[in-house]
Amino acid sequence: MTEITTHEHDVVIIGAGGAGLRAAIEASSTGASVAMISKSMLGKAHTVMAEGGAAAALANKDPRDSWEVHFRDTMKGGKYLGDWRMARIHAQQAPDRIRELEQWGAVFDRTPQGLTSQRNFGGHTYPRLAHIGDATGLELIRTLQQKGVHMGMDVFMEFTVRRLFKTDGRISGCFAYDRNDGSLHVFKAKSVVLATGGITRCWEVCSGSWEYTGEGHALAYWAGAEMGDMEFVQFHPTGMIWPPSVKGILVTEGVRGEGGMLRNSEGDRFMFNYVPEMYADEFADTEKEALEWVDEVVSGKLATRRRPPELLTRDVVAKAINSERDAGRASEHGGAYLDISWRDEEEVRKKLPGMYHQFKELAAVDITKQPMEVGPTAHYVMGGVKVDPETQESTIPGLFAAGEAATGLHGANRLGGNSLSDLIVFGKIAGEQAASSASKIEIFAEIDQAELIEVVDETMAPLQREGGENPAKVVEDLRRMMQDKVGIIRTKSLLEEALNDLEELESRSTETFGGSGTTYNPGWHQALEIGAMIDVSRMCALAALRREESRGGHTRDDFPTPDHSRWGKINSVIVKGEDGDMVIDYVSYPPIPEDLKSLLDEDDLN
Amino acid sequence: MSEEVTFRVFRGVPDSVGDPFGKMVDYTVEMDEGMVVLDVIHRIQAEHAPDLSCRWNCKAGKCGSCSAEVNGKPRLMCMTRMEDILEETPEDVPILVKPMQAFPLVKDLVTDVSWAYETDRSIVPINGPEEMDWEFKQEEADRLQEFRSCIECMLCVNTCHVLREHQKFDEFAGPRFFVRLASLEMHPLDMESRIPEIKDDFGIGYCNITKCCTEVCPAGINITDNAIIPLKERVVTEYYDPLAMLARKVGIK
Repeated sequence: MTEITTHEHDVVIIGAGGAGLRAAIEASSTGASVAMISKSMLGKAHTVMAEGGAAAALANKDPRDSWEVHFRDTMKGGKYLGDWRMARIHAQQAPDRIRELEQWGAVFDRTPQGLTSQRNFGGHTYPRLAHIGDATGLELIRTLQQKGVHMGMDVFMEFTVRRLFKTDGRISGCFAYDRNDGSLHVFKAKSVVLATGGITRCWEVCSGSWEYTGEGHALAYWAGAEMGDMEFVQFHPTGMIWPPSVKGILVTEGVRGEGGMLRNSEGDRFMFNYVPEMYADEFADTEKEALEWVDEVVSGKLATRRRPPELLTRDVVAKAINSERDAGRASEHGGAYLDISWRDEEEVRKKLPGMYHQFKELAAVDITKQPMEVGPTAHYVMGGVKVDPETQESTIPGLFAAGEAATGLHGANRLGGNSLSDLIVFGKIAGEQAASSASKIEIFAEIDQAELIEVVDETMAPLQREGGENPAKVVEDLRRMMQDKVGIIRTKSLLEEALNDLEELESRSTETFGGSGTTYNPGWHQALEIGAMIDVSRMCALAALRREESRGGHTRDDFPTPDHSRWGKINSVIVKGEDGDMVIDYVSYPPIPEDLKSLLDEDDLN
Repeated sequence: MSEEVTFRVFRGVPDSVGDPFGKMVDYTVEMDEGMVVLDVIHRIQAEHAPDLSCRWNCKAGKCGSCSAEVNGKPRLMCMTRMEDILEETPEDVPILVKPMQAFPLVKDLVTDVSWAYETDRSIVPINGPEEMDWEFKQEEADRLQEFRSCIECMLCVNTCHVLREHQKFDEFAGPRFFVRLASLEMHPLDMESRIPEIKDDFGIGYCNITKCCTEVCPAGINITDNAIIPLKERVVTEYYDPLAMLARKVGIK
């Protein structure tokens, strides 16, 4: 058999974005030996692309804010399908996680008093997002990276994990290969944290990097973990749409937080026509009121007016842009116009430097003078590994998950800014609990040799398939199919077609050839990624087919309204059945206690 | 509508002593409107050479993974528009794409930048007050935020002649890490002094302020003027100011 290097660590953390780094810091601080495995180099993970900010009720900008309001906003934004226990923990702990980042060197924008400043974002009642211009993700990952490298953990960069191992029902390690030289590695572990991010690379128009192929979701599913809420995919309303090569690249919600207006081809500020009933009281109903709100906020006053409808939740804004296009009122290249040029040029450049450069360099548009053209882009998956809200442990003992890889906090739709805070709150908890769980295990369990041989064979197989199809073609077809059939607007027939198409794509995927070299061979890497992409796509399509209603990040043309009495109370759960088939079922979270229930809007709770 | 473009790309691996060994290979693909260099590389992978090695992540100038030398200039492939490249390239001449030359080669356009991670780890981290809710003004933050906008693409390191020509990787921290050190030394609440290391271990004296690093920085950081020169001044004040030297001699700190 091919040579395999074996490593032993108390805790193995898969993924080195915000959640993985935060988990690794916490686990290391308990004295556990920690390995952090990452597909990219350290500091390059997807977190680096986050722009707008991290939501935490610090109340530095508006003293009316509190964890209770943050809890309420998160539950409401998730259309009440979120786990109230995670939403509470998140709202209560996010402020301290942000303050701690500052002590680790993060330099957030300041208030006039010198504290961490906060900005407005969709679905948040008060200015709540700690930020640094529009590059908050970079600040977060760099801060955690610089803290992490002094904690004594072993970092395995540019390694891809292909399989999780269980021994007697408990997690016992994983198999990975080194993307640089093709060497093979077994990591024995007493506990494992999945912090692998998301899956949005399965769509043609997405804001995700190549890493977002859903391997974490697939690894957990293959190992037998329960996967929840996979029908809920967030299409961010504002991705770049022109020129074609930049299609999907994110345009931060911070543009709208700073007063950006959405207009259609007729110049109408159309969001006023799309305010859902449940938010009717909270948003301005005239342009005048919306402008007054921006004036108040920009001048540093507490807002007394209601917010502009551009700051509705992402699901609502994305669907509105889609509807305007369907009604024939799209911008030149099929989206909408987003205009911040009415604000002071210097302010725009200070608050949105990344957007200024991105548009100037990639689209030759000066956002201080012209509107941007934007349209929806696949951005985030609310679904993921089902976890215990207190410990982040999955249904497999010893396997933990945090960040986008896990589900629960965001329900049917995530609020902007709640992702970065999710990473640091639940990353910390997962790291702490994984270390504590590992400390109760005395010796490293033996890895099943038959399973190891199987995964090694699978890993090496594409190298021998000379004459096979280029894996890039299969991935391209998969992404186009998902865009067309499992996109923002779904129907029964399209979803059924998608499930059939996936069968065909799967058989094509087993014949791909990306070159026979093992040294940094992206063709081989891609050939290996397709299996995960197919299974996560299947989870999305299946869960979307079954949910016969529209809610948050799931819209069915054939069931256009929410069904609160039935679907509003249950969450999908997918597991791998005994015979290897994908099985779907439904569960509910425990009833919400009265004291928390009283924080929610009574009218919504039907 | 679409026109064709030819890229001449380095394909190869290190030889037995670690020097790049390989050849320049021509690939011709069709171009669409608005493409960047990285799009062309991806199209080459999809149509001709799936095993062409290249690092990338965000494709939006935020992660600093896709550094390479395009027509001899160090740049991020994702932020370099083909429109501009075609304008600077004489007609019928292929566009040259090579890996960063200062770092050891892994394969094709990928280099080994592990030196950067080791250097990063050798820097003493921030050491500020234990109490939470640090207070400092935006004016103080501004200076640091310029440094903290670094995406660690290593184009500055690749360009710096102390490293590129003279390979002083063991004695010189390079522009990226002087930016990092400056962000710590100028932090209003940090209590450490890293000046002795900056002088000795990190060898700031090697920099003769030619500003090549500043010119290639895709984040627009004014590396030489705002980071390196102020650090050099601090070294001078600490070690070569006659009054300070005298004070040290007589035991006044």
